[in-house]
Amino acid sequence: MTTTLTDDFPLVRRAQAGELAAFEELVSQYEQRVYTLARRITGQEQDAEDVTQQAFLSALEHLADFRGEASFATWLTRIATHAALKVIRKRQGLPTVSLEAATEEQDTYGSVPHPEYIADWRESPAELVTRGETRQLIDAALAQLDEKHRLVFLLRDVEGLSIQETAATLQLSEANVKVRLLRARLQLREQLTRAFGDEQRRVMGGHAHE
Amino acid sequence: MNCDELLAMLNAYVDGAIDPGVCETFEKHLADCNPCQVVVDNIRQTITLYKDGQPYPLPATFHRQLHAALRQRFKQIHH
Repeated sequence: MTTTLTDDFPLVRRAQAGELAAFEELVSQYEQRVYTLARRITGQEQDAEDVTQQAFLSALEHLADFRGEASFATWLTRIATHAALKVIRKRQGLPTVSLEAATEEQDTYGSVPHPEYIADWRESPAELVTRGETRQLIDAALAQLDEKHRLVFLLRDVEGLSIQETAATLQLSEANVKVRLLRARLQLREQLTRAFGDEQRRVMGGHAHE
Repeated sequence: MNCDELLAMLNAYVDGAIDPGVCETFEKHLADCNPCQVVVDNIRQTITLYKDGQPYPLPATFHRQLHAALRQRFKQIHH
């Protein structure tokens, strides 16, 4: 999913020059990825469609401004994230510009929860992704995260943005991105290990040794 | 390094962005601490699962609608 297609540049150039087929090829290449991100951010199919359409329309409007400083995938992810946040803010009745105000309270490492359910998984991720129910399960776990943690995890770990790019996209400090990422990873680990962990190989006992 | 300190370093370690000196201490702790070792494995697997998971296909009706809207706008811009 996160294969960085750095060879997009010639295609982008052709689309910028007005070649419709090149633009359509770019859309086809990224539509599932954008739609999936939108679904995971908004948690709704209809919103995900709106966000996907908005994102590609917006990318089209600003295509001339794309200079290739970041990869096309990263550029598109940022556009899609902003479109998704707009939809969420609207749904919550918040002004769309209040992302920073609404989310930039500083998380601290002190409040990071300790791992509780610790066990090796029964199956490897490679085996798990082939199962139909896995996607539902992992998206349900994702949906349980606070929005601020979910966003950071999606951008950094799923879309493959750097810490810096994630911070810029969400208008957060890098320090805050790092703490939120840790919380997100730990919380997802906890949930998924409860689902996929091998009860027989659960590591028990107090885990507060020196 | 105790487990709490390890927790704070976890991201950097998993991302391979940890200072080599700290990394050594981190791995020394891991070697002696099975729970932490399993937590690190679990986190790596968690990330992999999301990264390599199947994306959602677009509903067919929406797919058509999206491409039609984009074609139309593209032609407006380039003519």
